[in-house]
Amino acid sequence: MVSKKLQRVDFIFDCAGCEPIEVVKKALKMTREEVVSSIIESGLKGRGGAGFPTGMKWKFAKDEVADTKYVICNADEGEPGTFKDREILDVVPNKVLSGMAICAYAIGSKEGIIYLRGEYNFLLKKLNAQIDEFNNSLSKIGLDFAVSIRSGSGAYICGEETALFESMEGRRGEPRNKPPFPTKSGYNGKPTVINNVETLVYTAMIINMGVDEFKAVGTMDSRGSKVFSVSGDTPKAGIHELELGLNVADFVEEFGDGDTKAVQVGGASGHCVPRKLFKETIIGFEGIPTGGSMMIFNSTRSMFNVLNDYLEFFAEESCGQCTPCRIGTQQLIKGIEHVKKGQMPSEYLDQLIKLTETMKIASKCGLGQSVANSFSSIVTNFREEMIY
Amino acid sequence: MSKIKLTIDGKKVQIEQGKTILDAAKKINVKIPTLCYHEDLCVAGNCRVCVVEVAGSRALQASCAIPAQDGMEVRTNTPKVRNARKDIIAMLVSEHNTQCTTCYRSTNCELQTLSAEFNIDNNRYLSILKPNIEVDRSSWSIEKDDSKCVRCQRCVRTCSELQHVNALTVSHKGKDMKISTFHDLPLKDVVCTNCGQCVNRCPTGALTERRYFDEVWEAIGDPTKHVVMNTAPSVRVALGEMLGYPVGTRVTGKMVTAMRRLGVDSVLDTDFSADLTIIEEGTELLVRLKKALVDKDDTIKLPLLTSCSPGWVKFCEHLYPEHLGHLSTCKSPQQMFGALTKTYYADKKGIDPKDIVSVAIMPCAAKKFEANRGEMKDSGFQDIDAGLTTRELGHMIKQTGLNFLELEESSYDSIMGESTGAGVIFGATGGVMEAALRTAYEIVTGKEVPFENLNIIPVRGMEGIKEAAIKIEGALPEWSFLEGVEMKVAVAHGLINARIIMDQIAAGESPYHFIEVMACPGGCIGGGGQPIPTNEAIRKARVAAIYEEDMNMNLRKSHDNPAIKTIYKDFLKEPLSHVSHNLLHTTYRKRQHY
Ligand code: SF4
Ligand code: SF4
Ligand code: SF4
Ligand code: SF4
Ligand code: FES
Repeated sequence: MVSKKLQRVDFIFDCAGCEPIEVVKKALKMTREEVVSSIIESGLKGRGGAGFPTGMKWKFAKDEVADTKYVICNADEGEPGTFKDREILDVVPNKVLSGMAICAYAIGSKEGIIYLRGEYNFLLKKLNAQIDEFNNSLSKIGLDFAVSIRSGSGAYICGEETALFESMEGRRGEPRNKPPFPTKSGYNGKPTVINNVETLVYTAMIINMGVDEFKAVGTMDSRGSKVFSVSGDTPKAGIHELELGLNVADFVEEFGDGDTKAVQVGGASGHCVPRKLFKETIIGFEGIPTGGSMMIFNSTRSMFNVLNDYLEFFAEESCGQCTPCRIGTQQLIKGIEHVKKGQMPSEYLDQLIKLTETMKIASKCGLGQSVANSFSSIVTNFREEMIY
Repeated sequence: MSKIKLTIDGKKVQIEQGKTILDAAKKINVKIPTLCYHEDLCVAGNCRVCVVEVAGSRALQASCAIPAQDGMEVRTNTPKVRNARKDIIAMLVSEHNTQCTTCYRSTNCELQTLSAEFNIDNNRYLSILKPNIEVDRSSWSIEKDDSKCVRCQRCVRTCSELQHVNALTVSHKGKDMKISTFHDLPLKDVVCTNCGQCVNRCPTGALTERRYFDEVWEAIGDPTKHVVMNTAPSVRVALGEMLGYPVGTRVTGKMVTAMRRLGVDSVLDTDFSADLTIIEEGTELLVRLKKALVDKDDTIKLPLLTSCSPGWVKFCEHLYPEHLGHLSTCKSPQQMFGALTKTYYADKKGIDPKDIVSVAIMPCAAKKFEANRGEMKDSGFQDIDAGLTTRELGHMIKQTGLNFLELEESSYDSIMGESTGAGVIFGATGGVMEAALRTAYEIVTGKEVPFENLNIIPVRGMEGIKEAAIKIEGALPEWSFLEGVEMKVAVAHGLINARIIMDQIAAGESPYHFIEVMACPGGCIGGGGQPIPTNEAIRKARVAAIYEEDMNMNLRKSHDNPAIKTIYKDFLKEPLSHVSHNLLHTTYRKRQHY
C-alpha cells in the first residue's frame, strides 16, 4: 500500500465560494436521484468512525415509503480526545444545515433534528439563531424542511445511533437490536438518516464542488479529507483537516514532539500504533479508520495507564445491557491489574485478548465491539509494560 | 402472511416474515440456549447467550432478537459460537454470587443449568461480584438479591409490559448498571403490587418470594399448636409440575394426602371460602344495584370490582386511590378463611384460637402481604399466620421425602373443607365472574344461568379483557327492578388490562355493572407463586385442568354448597349480616404511586 503524503486541505472551514443556501439551491436543481447518486459516487463514508457509505444510507432511506422521515445530525461527540464537531458547529454551522437540507430533499424528509451533546449547550443560543435564519431561507427557496435542536443527556452511549433514538424518545439510552436499521425504522419508528456533523458538511461540499473534485482527494478506499482532533504529546494540538490515506509516520513527523512512541488512532475505541508500525500504518479505511481523534504519546507515558484509563472509561460508559461489554470491560481492567501486580501469570493476557475477541463478535453495539481494538493493540504492542 | 426460507445448520426451514432466527430454529427442533429471552415478553437481545453465526456477517447475531431473513444461512453450533457462549456464561458467573447450595432457586435456575451445560470449569475469569450487596427483605412478599442478578431485565419488562406498574427499572450504566426501584427505595416503599410476576420470570434466585416454610414447620412440630392448611383452587392444578407430573395434571387428592403427611392437623379447602365470597359479593352487587336503580342513590359506586386478588387491590390503592369505592368490600377467600378459622372453626372444634396456626397455600406472592395487612385481624388474632406459595408447598413436600407419585388420594377434612365447582374455577381468569353469575342469576330469577351446563364460555379464555352481557328475564318479585336489565360484565387479567378498565372508570365511561380483575395473566393459575417456568402454553394447560375439575364436581354452584348453608344458619345468619361485616369485609387505603 502506498501512502499519501501529508497534505492539508480546507474543505470544511474555508468559507470562500460556498454560500450554504446556494449549495442547497444547487441540489434542488438536481433530481433526488442525482443527489443520491452523486453522494454514492463520491465514495464518501461516514466520518463518525463506523465508515458506512453515506450515499447508500441516503438511498435506503429514499427508497422507503413513509409518511414521515427524519434527518438527524449526530452532534453527540463523546469520544475522548475529539472536539471537531464542536468547532464545526461553532464556525460553519450553515454548512452542516445545508447538508441536512440536501439530505432532506434527497430522501423526502420535512423534519431535521440536531442531537447536541449536553456539554455543548453553550452553543445553543447562537445555533438556534442560525437555525431560525436557515429555516427561513429554506422556505424562501421552496424547500419544506425545518431543523430543530435536541439537547443530549450526556451519556457516551447516546452517540450510538439507536441509543440516540431511544434517548430522543424519552427512554434510557440503550442501543437497539439491528435490524431493523434506522433507514427503515429509526427515530419514532420512521425511516431516518442519521449522519455525523462532519459527514453532513462533506455531503454539501460534494454537491458544491462536484464529485470529481472530491474524488481527486484521498485514496480509492478513503475518499476525501478528514478533520482530525490532535491531542496528547504534541506541540500542535488542535484541529487539522488532512487528506486521507497518509501514514502514521508522516503524521507523527508533522505533529509529534520528537519523542513519540505511540499514536492512538481513533480515540479510546481505536487502535494504538507503536513506533515500529508507523510507516506501514495508513490512516484511512484501508488501514485504521478513525472518527478523528489522534492521541500522541511520547516515551514518558505508561501504556498500562493509558489502557487502564480507556478501560475505565468504557466500564463507565457501557450502557450495561449486554453481557460481553458490561462484564468484559470489567474483566479486562481487573485482569490487567492482576497481571501487573503479579497475581495472575502473564499468559492471562492471552486469555484476555481472546475475551476481547468474544466482545468484538458478541456485543450488541459498536461500543463493546470496539473495546477489543485498543486492548489488543496496546497489550500486543506493549506487552512488557503490562507485566512489569 | 408471506413466508421466507432459510437454512439452519444445513436444514431448510420456512417461517412467516417477522419471526426471529430463534423461532425458526425451534420449528426444526434446533435448541439454542437463551437467558434474557422469555416467551411472555418483548425481545431484549441483551444477554447474548443465544448468539449464532449468520453467513455474511462478521459479528455473531442474537438469534432471539434478529428477524429471520429470506435466504439466510445460520449456524448454531460452530467453534466460534460455542466459544462465545461459553465466554458469555463464564462472564455472567464471574459477576455472580455463586452460592448455589444455599440458593432457593438451586436446581430450577437457568444460569445454573447453562453453566452446568457449558461446564464453566475453573472460574475462567476473576470474580467481579460487588462486595456487600444487601438483600432487600423489606417486602412481605418479595426478596431481591442483586448479587444473583444477571441483568436480563426480564423483571423490568414484566413489570412494565405485562403489569404496567413499573416498580422496577434499570438504573445506572456500565459496571454499575442494576435493577432498581424509584430512588432505590426498598421494595416495600414503592409502587410494587407484590404480584410476583417478576419473580416468576426471573431466571435466577435474584427475585424470589419471601419464604415462611420454616416457621410453618416449627408450628407443625409444636404439639401445642393446631395447624390448619387451606389450599387455593389453582394450587391443585400446578403443584404436580414440581413433583414429577406433566403440566396440566390435577393432583388434588395426592396433594391433600401429602399435606396430611407433613403433619398438619387439618387440611381444608380455600374453595369453601371462595363459595362464601360469591354469596357475599354477589349479594353486595345486588344491593348496590338496588340502591342505584331503585333508591336512585348516586353515591353508590358501580361497576363493582372484585377484590379477591391482593395484587390487584394494592394496584388500585397505589394508582387509583380515588376510585377505591368501586372495590367490593369483601375480603379475599384467603382472608375470609383465616377469619373463620379463628372464630367459627375454633368454636366448632373447641380449640382456643390462640393455638391455631392458619396457613394458606396460594398461587400468589401478594397473599403474603395481604396476610400481614394491619387490618386483617378481625377475629381478634391475625386471620392468616402464613401465606405460602405453591412453590413453597412443593418444597415442603420434597423435604419430607415423600414419593408424591405413589401417594394414595384423599379428600379434604370437613368444616370448611367442602366446596363446589364454582369455588374451583376461581383459579382461572373469568372464574369468579362465572361463579358469581351462576349464583346471582339464580338468586334473581330462581333459574339457572342460561348457558349450557352452567359453562359461561364468553368469560373464559386468555383474551386480555373479556366482556359478556346477560339479560335478566323472569326476575322474582323482590328483584323485579332488574327485569329486562342487561347485566354487563367484564373480566380483566394482568394489570395492564386492569389499567384499561380503571381508566374507563376514571373517565366515567365504564359500561359495566360488575368487573372481575386478577393481577396475574391467566388469573391465579398464572400467579406469581406458581411453579416456574410459566408461559402461555403452561397457563392454558392449567386452565383446562381447572375446568375439568369443575366438571367433575357434584355441586357446581356456590349457593348449593351445604357447608355454606350451614355456616349461614349457625354463624353468619345472612349475607352482609353484622357478623359478616365484622369478619368478612374490609377497607382500603390510598398508597403512594412511585
Ligand atoms: S455493547 Fe456495551 S454499550 Fe453496546 S449494547 Fe452492549 S453493553 Fe450496551
Ligand atoms: S441464582 Fe442460580 S446460579 Fe445463582 S446461586 Fe442461585 S442457583 Fe446458583
Ligand atoms: S411483584 Fe409485580 S409489581 Fe412488584 S415489581 Fe414484581 S412485577 Fe412489578
Ligand atoms: S432480577 Fe432476575 S429477572 Fe430481573 S434482571 Fe435480575 S436476573 Fe433478570
Ligand atoms: S436470549 Fe437472546 S440475547 Fe439473551
